[in-house]
Amino acid sequence: MIHAKDINERTPWQDMTPAGEIYEPGTARLFNTGTWRTNTPVFHEEACKHCMLCVPFCPDSAIPVKDGKRLDFDYTYCKGCGICENVCPFPAITMEAGGGVHK
Amino acid sequence: MSSRLSGNEAVAYAMKQINPDVFGAFPITPSTDIPEYFAGFAANGEVNTEFVTVESEHSSMSVCIAAQAAGARAISATSSCGLALMYELLYVAASCRLPITLACVNRALSGPININADHSDSMGARDSGWIQIYAENNQEAYDNFIQAMPIGETTSVRLPVMSCMDGFITSHAVENIELLETETVRKFIGEYNPEHYLLKKENPLAVGPYDVSPYYMEHKVQEAEAMKAAKARILEVAAAFEKISGRRYGLFEEYRMEDAELAIVLIGSTAGTAKAAVDRLREHGVKAGLVKIRVFRPFPGEELARALSRTRAVAVMDKSEGFSANGGPVFAETRSALYDLKERPYLINIVYGLGGRDVKVEDIEKVFARLADIATTGATGPLYVHMGHRSKEETV
Repeated sequence: MIHAKDINERTPWQDMTPAGEIYEPGTARLFNTGTWRTNTPVFHEEACKHCMLCVPFCPDSAIPVKDGKRLDFDYTYCKGCGICENVCPFPAITMEAGGGVHK
Repeated sequence: MSSRLSGNEAVAYAMKQINPDVFGAFPITPSTDIPEYFAGFAANGEVNTEFVTVESEHSSMSVCIAAQAAGARAISATSSCGLALMYELLYVAASCRLPITLACVNRALSGPININADHSDSMGARDSGWIQIYAENNQEAYDNFIQAMPIGETTSVRLPVMSCMDGFITSHAVENIELLETETVRKFIGEYNPEHYLLKKENPLAVGPYDVSPYYMEHKVQEAEAMKAAKARILEVAAAFEKISGRRYGLFEEYRMEDAELAIVLIGSTAGTAKAAVDRLREHGVKAGLVKIRVFRPFPGEELARALSRTRAVAVMDKSEGFSANGGPVFAETRSALYDLKERPYLINIVYGLGGRDVKVEDIEKVFARLADIATTGATGPLYVHMGHRSKEETV
């Protein structure tokens, strides 16, 4: 079976999966999709109650969780959609213009 | 077992014998009978099929795509504008390499709106990546539908199959037919066991991911290679089908072509009319023959060139316009196929039978008369003409 990690831009058609089928889960991790971002969420840890609302609302995997607490954004996967800011009941997330990482 | 069925009944009966997992159903003239008969089979418990009634053909094909990707065997039936509404999904089905089977009952595609037979619907979808097989009569419609799954589902092919017949002429006319035993059909079709499918829980699968330009072309090459591989598979399946039915099929049928000097190439029910014309002319010593194309996708170019290599003049008859201003689609393919011959016959194109316009034995005889003229004089005259319409000028 051909794995997604073994296919790259030099792979001949004979060694690719038919129709681009992907035979394993979680392959989105392989792609840095954060480069699309034009707005950037900023995490204010002091205002966060760790209610975890933002985590399931994030359409990608830009909000890592460890030991029941959300950590700072993983900007590799953040497209800046702003859904997390919208669902956050506290002033723990604000959006800033631009695609850079704001600290 | 002998019976008398219309083309639609015959295909619906083949579907019942196959007992597919899913039917994505939406009615449209003249294919409506097929889901209608099948709904009866489903209601009576004669099949185990999930009969999914939807609100459009865009959805019926979407149902088929989802079901087939999940690991089920999915079928549908449509005509004309219904096929047009499936257009986007036809490409999705083919590019996802999902071997769905679709009964296409050929009808003129609007506009002007018309419900009668021509090939403008399926010819419009000829580049969608579907295998296209055309029937002359109800027997062939039945036989072709049964052969579709073993062709499309084989690993080297994995392409959807469109099994076509002429609307009304074939779909609604009741003719004698030889049906196979259901057990024989099921054994011939076998179980559908794809290697990868969405419901295989031990092997997660993503189907139809976005394809950026560094990957897209490789996947299209795969699809093109699959279409090339389909030709051999179609012949293999035809040989196996002959063993269970006694009926022989190829990529096309050659009728009295052994020594033919004048030949007609066409698709579908007009072949019956053309055979009658060939027989009449043969009685008068004219060396006339007919090539009826059965498989249009993949196009049997090399084989067709061989079959026509010894003829002197050929008329390709298109039952769809195409509006290339350079002849219909069957003409374009046939002329291209003959290019590599050292000695080519004269070739003309006649577009006929649009929107159900009738074609008679005498019309076909007129075409042969023109071919005889061309063979004698070497002057082809206009290469691309219409036949059967009213005109102030002479047509053929």
